[in-house]
Amino acid sequence: MAKRIDVSGLNAYYGSHKAIEDISMTVEPRSVTAFIGPSGCGKSTYLRTLNRMHEVTPGGRVDGKVLLDGDDLYGSGVDPVNVRRTIGMVFQRPNPFPTMSIYDNVAAGLRLNGSYKKSELSDVVEKSLRGANLWNEVKDRLNKPGSGLSGGQQQRLCIARAIAVEPQVLLMDEPCSALDPISTLAIEDLIGELKERFTIVIVTHNMQQAARVSDRTAFFNLSAVGQPGKLIELDDTERIFSNPSVQATEDYISGRFG
Amino acid sequence: MSTTTIKPSGGPGGKPARSALQGAQLPRWSPYVIALGSLAVGCGIGLAAGLDSRIQWGLIAAVLFIGVSYALATTVEGGRQAKDRLATSLVWVTFLMAVVPLASLVYETVKRGSEVFSGYFLTHSMGVVADDEPGGGVYHAIIGTLQQVGLASLIAVPIGVLTAIYLVEYGRGKLAKAVTFFVDVMTGIPSIVAGLFVLSFWILILRFDFSGWAGAMALSILMMPVVVRSTEEMLKLVPNELREASLALGVPKWRTILKVVLPTAIGGITTGIMLAVARIAGETAPVLLLVFTTPLINTNPFDGAQGSLPLYIYQQYQSGNQAGYDRAWAAALALIAFIMILNLVARGIAHWKAPKTGR
Repeated sequence: MAKRIDVSGLNAYYGSHKAIEDISMTVEPRSVTAFIGPSGCGKSTYLRTLNRMHEVTPGGRVDGKVLLDGDDLYGSGVDPVNVRRTIGMVFQRPNPFPTMSIYDNVAAGLRLNGSYKKSELSDVVEKSLRGANLWNEVKDRLNKPGSGLSGGQQQRLCIARAIAVEPQVLLMDEPCSALDPISTLAIEDLIGELKERFTIVIVTHNMQQAARVSDRTAFFNLSAVGQPGKLIELDDTERIFSNPSVQATEDYISGRFG
Repeated sequence: MSTTTIKPSGGPGGKPARSALQGAQLPRWSPYVIALGSLAVGCGIGLAAGLDSRIQWGLIAAVLFIGVSYALATTVEGGRQAKDRLATSLVWVTFLMAVVPLASLVYETVKRGSEVFSGYFLTHSMGVVADDEPGGGVYHAIIGTLQQVGLASLIAVPIGVLTAIYLVEYGRGKLAKAVTFFVDVMTGIPSIVAGLFVLSFWILILRFDFSGWAGAMALSILMMPVVVRSTEEMLKLVPNELREASLALGVPKWRTILKVVLPTAIGGITTGIMLAVARIAGETAPVLLLVFTTPLINTNPFDGAQGSLPLYIYQQYQSGNQAGYDRAWAAALALIAFIMILNLVARGIAHWKAPKTGR
């Protein structure tokens, strides 16, 4: 199920502006890797390069290598659609499809890809909703619109929608920043369960969250506004938060940073 | 810690005392009284000065209303509130000025149109009826208008919606800019020019005869930019997050547009299309040039002259006798009703398809 990601020499651009520069790292399978760093340092941009969502932005361009168990995502002839089926994504703001019911939202990935058996669909929906710890809350109103749920439930609905297509890797872009502490806790617990099955990469501004949920943490920084963001260091979370090897990381984590 | 006691706010007579935050206020009913008063005075002045037109009476009353409420508010409430009252009363007066003509138009059309408006009128043509005789009907014109508008929509809606999708979802660079520019230019084409274009191209050069189809082509030229513009605006309103959510599930772009973007915007798109249909349903000039007219029922839009509602109204009114006037008003009523029904249907679709909220 879960796959390893090897990134080497990755640069990403918006038009002529270089947003991130020369990033190389390895993301281990069945683990949670957290990205932390100041706003604008390219964490989200980098995350979006990992499933080829960066190029959806007008002017977005990437060079470098991203290997998923050895296969280059940016190799010639690679269909970004296939990449995105393998590497799912959860966004900062919950974004259920407003025209669809809860059931249809979860089934959307399979239905829109056309690759499902009718008889299995409701099983997949139930399994995904259970996987996202949402089943008990919504099982009696699967036909109600997804936008009627609370923010935390909507975000778990989006997670259910993402895991319904059985990706290998799940990318999460600040999944809790729009949620209250209780919903955040629910999602963090969920991340702990999901890492048994998926490789998870999470961007967060909340350092306690990074410390709580992740196995490894990457710190990103930029030397000045307008300069490209860089990977400063990637290490076991425990080490990053207790004894980082780079001074900038320690400054950022202890709050001494600008 | 002593407990804070709330001072009773009643004055000696049980009347609430004014707090430090409250200023002098005109009573709530004052706008209505001022409106009624200025209406009465306006009518009085109109009568006294011997003005014939009720519109003049109304305008005098409107000016009085605005002036008096401003003056009263200045003296009682102060400058800022007075400006607020001035703006509010201006909004109300202009609202009434906009609504009165509309209401009177509908009233007149219904009153005069209902004289001969009946099942008979809707199901008979003018085939054997002379222009100055009573009787006859509008059936041939309804058939013509329905077919011409329907054919025009069949051409304009797919092209228009697809153009809008191209502009919003795919269009970058020079081609998109050029398309936008030409859509803007097309929006400004006078209907007679669209008619002349098809006339020279289809009838004079290609040597085809008058037909509903020729009219429909000209109407579609008028309809297309309206469809493109409104669809474009609606597609732009669809949040990018939904597109990204769908793409991130591994859904190809074309399916994302078809299954996520379009359904989200479908309500607004239908409304826009209906407005475009309403616009072309009342066009006379291209129809006069290209479809010509006939008092007979012609159900084949590809062969020969056809009737149409706008032209029927014009001809009946031009015939200059009571029977013609009655038929013109009744046809106008039919045209308004047709457009109204279309709008209601569009509203229904928009409501039914709109993104659902609620638990």
